[in-house]
Amino acid sequence: MTNTIWDASQPILEIENLSISFFTRMREIPAVMDFSCKVMAGEAMGLVGESGCGKSTVALGVMRDLGKNGQIVSGSIKFKGRDLVTMGEEELRHLRGSEIAMIYQEPMASLNPAMKIGAQLIEVPMIHQGMARAEAWELARQIVADVRLPDPDRILNAFPHQLSGGQQQRIVIAMALMSKPALLILDEPTTALDVTVEAGIVDLVKDLGHKYGTSMLFISHNLGLIMDVCDRLCVMYSGEAVETGAVAQVFDDMRHPYTQALFRSIPLPGADKNARPLISIPGNFPLPHERPKGCNFGPRCAYFQAGRCDAGDVAMADVPHADRHASRCVKWDEIDWTAAPKARVVKEKAPIGKVVLQMDDLKKYYAVSGGAFGGGHAKVVKANETLSFAAHEGETLAIVGESGCGKSTFAKVLMGLETATSGTIMLFDEQVQSTPIQKRSVDTVSSVQMVFQNPFDTLNPSMSVGRQIIRALEVFHIGTSDAERNDRMLELLDLVKLPRAFAERMPRQLSGGQKQRVGIARAFAGGAKVVVADEPVSALDVSVQAAVTDLLMDIQRQNKTTLLFISHDLSIVRYLSDRVLVMYLGHVVEMGSTDQVFQPPYHPYTEALLSAVPVADTKVIRKRIVLEGDIPSAMNPPPGCPFQTRCRWKSQVAGGLCDSQMPPVQTLTDGHQIKCHLGADVLAQMEPVITFAAE
Amino acid sequence: MLAFVIRRLGVMLVTALVLTFVVFFLTNLPPNLEKLARSEGSVRMTDAAVASWLEEHGHNGSVFYRYAEWLGAAPGWVITDEKGVTRGKCIGQRDDPAMAPKFCGVFQGNWGVSTVFKKTVLFSLGKSMAATGWLMLAVMLVMVPVALLIGVLAGMREGSRTDRVLSTFSIATSATPEYVSGVILVVLLASPATGLSPLLAEWGWIGSKTLFMGTATSAMDNITFWNFGLPVATIALYGVGYIARMTRASMTEVMTQQYIRTARLKGVGFRQVVLRHALRNAMIAPFTVIMLQFPYLLNGVVIVETLFNYKGFGWMLVTAAGNNDIEMLLGASVVAVIFVLVTQLISDIGYVFLNPRIRLG
Amino acid sequence: MSSLIPESGWADMSEPLSWAAIFGLMAKQFWPVWVALTVTFALSFRFKRSLGLYGKLFDSPVAIVGFALVMFWVFTALFANVIMTFDPLAQLGSVKNPLPGAVVPEGAEGQYKWFLLGGDHLARDVFSRMVMGARQVLIIAPAATTFAFLVGITLGLPAGYIGGRLDTGLSFLANLVLAFPVILLFYLLVTPEIRNTGIPVVLAAVLFLIPIAFFAILFQSRFHTSPNKRNLYVGITLVLGLWAYSGLAFNADPLGVWGMDPNLLNVFVSVVFVNAPTVFRIVRGIVMDIKSRDYVAAGQTRGEKGWYIMLWEILPNARGPLIVDYCLRIGYTTILLGTLGFFGLGVTPESPDWGSTINAGRKLLSMVPHPAVVPALALMSLVLGLNLLADGLREESLKD
Repeated sequence: MTNTIWDASQPILEIENLSISFFTRMREIPAVMDFSCKVMAGEAMGLVGESGCGKSTVALGVMRDLGKNGQIVSGSIKFKGRDLVTMGEEELRHLRGSEIAMIYQEPMASLNPAMKIGAQLIEVPMIHQGMARAEAWELARQIVADVRLPDPDRILNAFPHQLSGGQQQRIVIAMALMSKPALLILDEPTTALDVTVEAGIVDLVKDLGHKYGTSMLFISHNLGLIMDVCDRLCVMYSGEAVETGAVAQVFDDMRHPYTQALFRSIPLPGADKNARPLISIPGNFPLPHERPKGCNFGPRCAYFQAGRCDAGDVAMADVPHADRHASRCVKWDEIDWTAAPKARVVKEKAPIGKVVLQMDDLKKYYAVSGGAFGGGHAKVVKANETLSFAAHEGETLAIVGESGCGKSTFAKVLMGLETATSGTIMLFDEQVQSTPIQKRSVDTVSSVQMVFQNPFDTLNPSMSVGRQIIRALEVFHIGTSDAERNDRMLELLDLVKLPRAFAERMPRQLSGGQKQRVGIARAFAGGAKVVVADEPVSALDVSVQAAVTDLLMDIQRQNKTTLLFISHDLSIVRYLSDRVLVMYLGHVVEMGSTDQVFQPPYHPYTEALLSAVPVADTKVIRKRIVLEGDIPSAMNPPPGCPFQTRCRWKSQVAGGLCDSQMPPVQTLTDGHQIKCHLGADVLAQMEPVITFAAE
Repeated sequence: MLAFVIRRLGVMLVTALVLTFVVFFLTNLPPNLEKLARSEGSVRMTDAAVASWLEEHGHNGSVFYRYAEWLGAAPGWVITDEKGVTRGKCIGQRDDPAMAPKFCGVFQGNWGVSTVFKKTVLFSLGKSMAATGWLMLAVMLVMVPVALLIGVLAGMREGSRTDRVLSTFSIATSATPEYVSGVILVVLLASPATGLSPLLAEWGWIGSKTLFMGTATSAMDNITFWNFGLPVATIALYGVGYIARMTRASMTEVMTQQYIRTARLKGVGFRQVVLRHALRNAMIAPFTVIMLQFPYLLNGVVIVETLFNYKGFGWMLVTAAGNNDIEMLLGASVVAVIFVLVTQLISDIGYVFLNPRIRLG
Repeated sequence: MSSLIPESGWADMSEPLSWAAIFGLMAKQFWPVWVALTVTFALSFRFKRSLGLYGKLFDSPVAIVGFALVMFWVFTALFANVIMTFDPLAQLGSVKNPLPGAVVPEGAEGQYKWFLLGGDHLARDVFSRMVMGARQVLIIAPAATTFAFLVGITLGLPAGYIGGRLDTGLSFLANLVLAFPVILLFYLLVTPEIRNTGIPVVLAAVLFLIPIAFFAILFQSRFHTSPNKRNLYVGITLVLGLWAYSGLAFNADPLGVWGMDPNLLNVFVSVVFVNAPTVFRIVRGIVMDIKSRDYVAAGQTRGEKGWYIMLWEILPNARGPLIVDYCLRIGYTTILLGTLGFFGLGVTPESPDWGSTINAGRKLLSMVPHPAVVPALALMSLVLGLNLLADGLREESLKD
């Protein structure tokens, strides 16, 4: 370790008035402006904001790794009192990895695919402390054990691709800790992972932070995660810090309109699509070269006052009587922060009608040839096992599960892109399980449509928005002439609240939320009765999510559509669904109304899932249940109950039934089904995972 | 892994059979055979005489059967004429027909006799392949290290001045086919009238009239820098450009990967980032390219051997093709096809070995 | 400028020209090319912001140089009749291999006075042959490449999209062709004997049918929802396509508009045959990548047929890499055609195309280099231009 004498009462990292710009051939694009923050020893600082707000640029600025085009324009970054901005390359190199370490979003991409894990780990102390190989290897073993990976020797001799995503991220964390850095920068470290795996990583990061006394700069778009990990946070908007302070303070007594709007747009426990709908933030995130004069948030702010908010640059103002709490708002001490929002419109609950879709014992198996060389034995992947449920007109049925649970396969079978192995699907009054889409009538095809997950992928990049909708109309035989279809297309744009001028635009000119709206318009072109929405908002920014969700709900109310909402995000599921179906490794493990599923008794997996989802509400108390290990591969599921490898209730079942037998489906009250061996007495004892602190 | 190699070998065998059949078919078309008859028999043969000559020499019958004969998978033809003399594909001039083997084809090591060189095909092939082997070896030794070095240097800092200069060089050389670069090199370095040589001779720096020799015929017996330099440079130049561009592309891609940033932010120095972290990953793609470049080298070899009059495989191929030497052409095709297929196999296996993600996946 | 160029009355008619004078006179000879280039570049720079990818080319110096080189030869080919100084086949006098700048011996009135770049062993004007050769090369190379692309795309799309047995079969065939050393294939395919058997015509009959099928399916899949439009477009395709087909493949065009010399047909078919498998592999790879995109799934879930998805959802989004490869491949085809000429295969010996001219000139290379060097440099500059253009295109299309 470098022998810097350091006064622990001083900040580890002190950023003052930092501005970073990217220079292109055309112009200078300011990415971060006038950013200041302080991280004290042992403190965890959160940076939160939507994509493009500059939070990752700050992190890379601290690492001085901005690429060819990026440049620090002004300000200082002091690490233990030394200014990183003016530091030489060589000195900087000694700091990187030894005093400041970084953890990234994509674990697979951040590990060298051609080097063994061990070699990548021991490199760090060998470079920085000149440690001998054997000694470094010993240290690596110890740290790998510290990040709670089993069998360190095997892991050290493995290549990255031989580990699962969760294990890879633990290795990246181990690598960052190899020389016990004073500051750890984590850039969305869990975004690429499943929720239950994420919970384990978050726990690990917190514990290790305490154990090694490391300060942290934790970057995330997820307010819930920030609350779990950080002591303090800094909210960023369009390149600027808009509010900073202790987590509890900012969450409960925010003093910036953007922070407030953000909290009002995310589904917290207690939100309800009819009684207390979310409030989306109007307008769009400004592009870097289109930022307004004055307050960047001005054009979207409910408290905007012309002549004041757009007069000139707004400076950070300290909020008195609080611990280092500041806000970048000229009106922060005039706004009544406790007033209820005005814009909240209570909506009528849509009636739920007859059954439109009924699945019975649906099974879908795939044959997959094993091995990379084409040889080996063909394996059978059981993507869906005995799936049975009914969906009603006007109902929202949520299908919840993590990767590999079979939710996408189920959608493919329903759409007719695949045919079922066995079982039946009744769509209206027609059996469609073995009719591929080419053989389905135009009516059937147009009545079941899909909204896709990735907004950047959902539209054909080389076809105009209008053309894509018109194509759907043509295929569904809607309208008799081109003019008629054109009119209908414009109406559909109205329906999804997009300006009619967008018909001429190419998809690349649209934002993510706008593309997703076009996707919705396209799905409803043929008057779809059943819409499968595959994680339609998970790739969108929080403030946009609310708007798109609401749009879906509104169209559903108008058209009495049945919505099958596939998601891994329990917060949004709780907010909008009528009934919930929880899947794990191809099995439906729990099914019931939203209230039934979100309250005990739970299936053990549902319980863990509920506990794993971070909730951005200081009043909510969550029981921590962290699952061991990773989700098993669907190619090689465990015997007996699929969840038995990670279940914490397994010991409550006598006779090792879980290891050997598939559990039966138990029907509890009112059609609430659980696929579990646990006895009724044990289930009855289950405590709620989420409780509200007494107000 | 074993299953993979066996499967590949199976596909290879089928490919080789199909390709040799195609060659057999195309070289044994009626017009070719007619030409053969006239050149072996007499130019002024009547059509009827041609037909009977062909029949007497076993060129009748279905092309499939003749192919099988040639392969040695079907018994060779045997004809007893009116005089009671029995001749056959497998019967030598003085052999006793009764003692002769039934099968004699490529499988049995009987590749026929070249009508141009008047030697057995195997002998001529062996000699010319040895000559070409030296040429290819020299080309590889020059081309691969130079190309990789240029590619890595250009790709490690994309957009730098080094990159621009080296990239332009590689684009220029890959735009210059062998028959152009050969011509230009000869004019510049091996012509008594133009280029460098007259100047050097005037200054008394070289004893002979030209710096390099314009032909490589003497290299058949004794390879020197002066008689072998230009042919090697001509083939290598085109390949260098191509491989260097591939290496550069692969290198620039690797340098933008997240794990390179990880290494950099671990405090690894730039040299080590390139050598330890980038190089191995960046070599996977060019390796395949280099192996697949071999078949293309064959092209260059044919052109250069013709241009520099070096009597190797390529020169022989051209001569055989130009003189309707069917057996020779068939033999050369078998060699060429097997050569291509083997390089493909090596490239596949090597790719798997270089890439742990596939090897252990 | 003009003072450097000797006007006809100014230079001594009996003296050979100096190099400066040669270049001056050549520059003058190329005047239509300069005019056309100036107009093209002026217009392109003026409107570069509204010209999409083409406009973006003018942001990259590499691409500008490449484009200029390519357009130089394109315009040369277009205006070859004006530029050349002699009939490229005419033998001018009895002196072999006259040097560049040499005076043309006595001739008809009003004929050009000098061999600008010398003459060849039959005393034909090298400059005029180079200019006329550009026309030969720039007709065959792009046309053959286009055909190879249409064939490669038509087969590569279903191989990548549908996969399975179809893919295995087609890929095997492609690998079969690729495993053939190109030069051997040429020696086997481009011979007078082969022509007599009619094999090239059969090959052409198959290969040329594919582009017609391509366009017919293209329109059918797009407009099957409105039969009137469909009938119009598919009808036009079939009429035009089959008309050209009858002429190109069988030399049996009733109107005599379409036709191809059997020699040329042989060369053309061989070049398409060699290039198509590579294009096939590229297309197949891109399709396998794109087919997992959500917009493809969106097409499938609204019940679109396979060909619509392949041709209208996938193909337009594969255009970037395909355009780049198209440029590179025209260059490669030019090289291949040169190789054919170099070995004296296919084309008639007196043809002014660059490969044959290099072949003819190489015999006396070390004594009189100009007959071989001139077409060699011409070929190199064209291919270099195409490669630079492809490189610039790739760089600019990645910047999006």
